[in-house]
Amino acid sequence: MSDIKPESQPQASDFAARHSASQDALRALGMQVESAPNWQEKYRALMLGGKALMPLPDQWQQDAARVRGCESAAWLYHHSLGADDNKRHYFIAASDARIVNGLIALLLGQLSGQTTEHICTFDIEAYFRSIGLEGQLSPSRTNGLYALAQAIKAFATQDPH
Amino acid sequence: MDISSLRAQFPALDQQIGDYPLVYLDTAATSQKPRQVLDAMTQFLATDNANVHRAAHTLSARATASYEAVRAKVQAFIRASRREEVIFTHGTTEAINLVAHGLTAQFGPGDIILVDSAAHHANLVPWQELAKRSGARVVPIPLSADLRLDEAAFDGLLTENVKLVALSHISNVLGTVNDVKRLCAKARAKGALTLVDGAQAVAHRQVDVADIECDFYVFSGHKMYGPDGVGILFGRYDVLDTLTPLLTGGEMIKSVSFDGSSFGELPNRLEAGTPPIVSVIGLGAAIDFLNAIDRDALKQHEEELMRCLTQGLAAIPAVKLYGSAGDTRLPPENSGAVAFNLADEHHQDVGILLDKYGIAVRCGHHCAMPLMALIGIKGCCRASIGLYTSKDDIDRFVAALKDCAELLGLDD
Repeated sequence: MSDIKPESQPQASDFAARHSASQDALRALGMQVESAPNWQEKYRALMLGGKALMPLPDQWQQDAARVRGCESAAWLYHHSLGADDNKRHYFIAASDARIVNGLIALLLGQLSGQTTEHICTFDIEAYFRSIGLEGQLSPSRTNGLYALAQAIKAFATQDPH
Repeated sequence: MDISSLRAQFPALDQQIGDYPLVYLDTAATSQKPRQVLDAMTQFLATDNANVHRAAHTLSARATASYEAVRAKVQAFIRASRREEVIFTHGTTEAINLVAHGLTAQFGPGDIILVDSAAHHANLVPWQELAKRSGARVVPIPLSADLRLDEAAFDGLLTENVKLVALSHISNVLGTVNDVKRLCAKARAKGALTLVDGAQAVAHRQVDVADIECDFYVFSGHKMYGPDGVGILFGRYDVLDTLTPLLTGGEMIKSVSFDGSSFGELPNRLEAGTPPIVSVIGLGAAIDFLNAIDRDALKQHEEELMRCLTQGLAAIPAVKLYGSAGDTRLPPENSGAVAFNLADEHHQDVGILLDKYGIAVRCGHHCAMPLMALIGIKGCCRASIGLYTSKDDIDRFVAALKDCAELLGLDD
């Protein structure tokens, strides 16, 4: 992301502000989706839950932050705090499509603010299966969730700080 | 038309997606295949498999006879005057590339290539590449407000410098039909060559290249109930014979030595290497299948389905229809496909939700980014029908789309 001007990307304070404002809602979304009685209600909850991801201001919708492999547009930014075992990873992400936004919200609910080890060992596929959204993570799906999950894990493992 | 007995011949259609029966409305991307096609390919592989045009042995003779018999079937199917005018390719895209590459030496600076603004990328990018190689210029033929080819503008663009006109017979996104016969006549009067992309047309109407009088007509097997991996380039003999081969190698030569090689005659000259033999056999079976159907009755049936489809969509308040399908005061002129969005919702959301209802539509830019830019959208959904599509499919689709609108919070 070095080719993005500093004023065109989120600052450390943005990551902190968004995390504290939305993390409870994002975490709760997983439970709401899981307890929904049928697929219609699951997707309704998912699309509603996606709104807990605050929209990305226009200047953050940078091509260099685009996650490839999505039919919809999705952007992902990363920031970490602390060092070694205490290092925590924070993410800002959003899409221009509702279902993908909901899926991103679920991912961030589980991964934002977590340690490198937690993120690297987190079985995303099993998690989606456990809340009744199997099939959405497959690389053959054009929703881009697979690419997004790969990008989040890559940020956590390759973080130079 | 007895659609249910036709439909029963397509094994892939008989399945559940989750709790719902599959409703396949993505025939414009690829059609399903009847058992007759699957059987012909299996049978060929099991009993006659050999390379064509190569050997004295019995299997090779059988394979060659079957392969060349399909050329004769294609010739009759599109009413070409000579068998040598039918070239087997791997698909429509390869067929257009073969023409664009083959004409390179004949094009130069100052020449103009007119391209339909609704063209599939396969009927645009090869011309852009030809322009780069030759110094010629690609000029889009504008569309009118209802997204039909603007014929007045076309007439204005058609100068003596126009060397080739590339048209779609039927738009893969909007289903709009071009009057290719009239457009080709105008182009011919100015001395321009014509290429018609018939990929979306061959499954829906009887194509007659003698009547259209185009120089080139191209299509794919997999959109006309045949297998993928095979396409057809029809070319008027005198023009086809001037093309420089895109591929060189085996099968297409007369003699080869290290001092130089000479090329063979049409059609082999443009079919270097081992052709897609099994797919060609499957295409032959698909033509037999279509020939056994009353094509006029089928066209009427499909027109009736398109009417139901566009009226059903137009009755949903959140639906935006694109092109002539959007004007319900007129009889639907679109063939095979209709493009839409649900209000300002992302087409991908609509596609994912429809899939949950067992409905297969295509969502995206449909390999027609210039057309998307012209409409001012990132993409859209497209529902497309085939000969197996039933009224019940349309009803399920329209009902599911209403449910999607409700799930997205769009109900009035």
